Amino acid sequence: MTELAVSDPLPKPKRDLLPVLLPAILALAMLPLIGSGSSWVTLTAASLAMGMMIFIMASGLTLVFGLMDVLNFGHGAFIAVGAYIATLVLLPLAGWVQADSLLTNLAVLAPAALAAMAVSGALGLVVERVLILPVYGQHLKQILMTTGGLIVAEQTLYALWGPQIIPLPLPSALRGSFILGDVAISKYRVLAMLVGLAVFVGIQLVLNRTKIGLLIRAGVENREMVEALGYRIRRLFLGVFMTGSALAGLGGTMWALYREQVHASMGDELTVLVFIVVIIGGLGSIGGCFIGALLVAMVANYGGFLVPKLALVSNILLMVAILMWRPRGLYAVTSR
Amino acid sequence: MMMLSGDPPRSRALSILLIVIIAALAAAPFVFPGAKAMNVATKICIFAALVASYDLLLGYTGSVSFAHTMFYGIGSYAIAIALYSLGPTWTAVATGLAIGLPLAALLALCIGLFSLRVEAIFFAMITLAVASAFLVLASQLSWLTGGEDGRSFQLPELLRPGTILIPKDWFGFAVNGRTLTYYIVFVACAAMILALLRVVNSPFGRVLQAVRENRFRAEALGYRTVFHLTYANCIAALVAASAGALNALWLRYAGPDTSLSFAIMLDILLMVVIGGMGTMYGAIVGAAIFILAQNYLQALMSVASNAATEAGLPLLPGLLHPDRWLLWLGLLFIFSVYFFPAGIVGRLRAGTRPST
Repeated sequence: MTELAVSDPLPKPKRDLLPVLLPAILALAMLPLIGSGSSWVTLTAASLAMGMMIFIMASGLTLVFGLMDVLNFGHGAFIAVGAYIATLVLLPLAGWVQADSLLTNLAVLAPAALAAMAVSGALGLVVERVLILPVYGQHLKQILMTTGGLIVAEQTLYALWGPQIIPLPLPSALRGSFILGDVAISKYRVLAMLVGLAVFVGIQLVLNRTKIGLLIRAGVENREMVEALGYRIRRLFLGVFMTGSALAGLGGTMWALYREQVHASMGDELTVLVFIVVIIGGLGSIGGCFIGALLVAMVANYGGFLVPKLALVSNILLMVAILMWRPRGLYAVTSR
Repeated sequence: MMMLSGDPPRSRALSILLIVIIAALAAAPFVFPGAKAMNVATKICIFAALVASYDLLLGYTGSVSFAHTMFYGIGSYAIAIALYSLGPTWTAVATGLAIGLPLAALLALCIGLFSLRVEAIFFAMITLAVASAFLVLASQLSWLTGGEDGRSFQLPELLRPGTILIPKDWFGFAVNGRTLTYYIVFVACAAMILALLRVVNSPFGRVLQAVRENRFRAEALGYRTVFHLTYANCIAALVAASAGALNALWLRYAGPDTSLSFAIMLDILLMVVIGGMGTMYGAIVGAAIFILAQNYLQALMSVASNAATEAGLPLLPGLLHPDRWLLWLGLLFIFSVYFFPAGIVGRLRAGTRPST
């Protein structure tokens, strides 16, 4: 340990860059394996778009865990509810969705996404108050309660909308691809990438540049201390939970449009995917979650292209590999 | 007392309930000879053992696993694939067990060493991920598992319904291969439950409870908690795989829906919670009540749903439809976790014991 003079600035924590570079390294390593440059660009763009969507869904889960030490096994329910609410807006306005003008299309997509976020967020409020509030600090009961919540939500969706798959066509202006030379990048993927990046940057700005973000980060570090300083951390918890649920709703809407269908069981399927991302990234870390989502999407896309059979278990293999390297995930945030 | 490992039911009402359940199960082939009733009785036996093994994890070590159906499925598929490919012989049954049980234990060992080092939450997530990958594998590798259709197979000669062991004119009821299969299931499940009771009341079981209550202190006392938890995980997996094998023998079939689906995992969770976590006896009570309700209340739901449709009520027919059985189950689950965390057994014990 070197001694510091009083006037010296505090030593900066070491930047841990290896995980950040991992997606780039993976992408470059895949280039010779895939061979053709144009398929590589298409696959990489597809992975980035898919990764951004997964990130939007997973970010809420990891924030909620980091701040509140609550793992919401019912997170998938918010995703599915968001998607269903979006169909409520999009299907009646099918004329606008099919209109061949980007402006009209966006004019209907934006309210659909906002409605999905609002309803998921409101559902988050109810879930936090009813299911999670009585069992703060008890992991076992949290897991059981939120699993029960997921089942109830999914079955309610079945009861209200029926068991059939609802087709949800993409707006016409977002169909098709941009063609640059012999590279094709689908338009919707570009939109997904933009939205994902916006969410990531937005979360980072809020966390690092605002007072609320400061309180949230402080709460992750030491909850009692923040309370002792006179802040109502309970309200902060609720706000974060609702934001996380709303983001899950947004992610669900985008995922439903990407797959062009809505089904009540999409909640459980995505829960597993989102969990893997959150574990890979390190529970509670937004940056880790972002990288984890990109990695999962890349492995799924490249793996599906190179060895289609492997794609079934590629996520698990990726998770095992990452956890062998860093047992607590890429960025271990909390000391828990 | 020896048989119960010094852990009696400790409540008169509970003892009576258990005696009734076990006596009914033991006499089931003679008292309730119908095919449906026999299926229900077998399912209660198998699930009592399966839920007891899950209780070892959830109730005694406090770790939530979502991979229990995976082990159950491994047992089922091992028997099914062995009998399907080797033909209906006892060698095939032995081969299935010799492959399935060690495979389940090995997988449990890997998952345990990998994920039990840290928090319960981590274990829950990893088991969920692994189990869902396994479900996908089982339904995709159709050359081995038969895909979504699963595998049907023939049983060895002795266990077939056509084999009459004791003709009807001797005692007034026939004992055939099916009855014999039932008793194999019954005895094997009873043995497994008694063995688990032995495990939780051994010094090893006490350490598990210590880990559940306070892992840090257990570690400070010098116990290597990771190993204890991993052993518990392996024992639970072995019992689950055996239960799965028995299930396959009874159904003469193994497929994703009967042995691997997430719905079964939920059933197991519910049975543990309703019966009472950390009691072992809760497994028997929970399985019996739950499976009886599942088989006979669903019929009631469809009656109610039809009545609601005729009355022209909105929404209710959809909510009461028998396919929405899981909805009510989920609600019941939340309520029981919230209001009766000790389950039926805990309630009965608390009711009769004045104070301790």
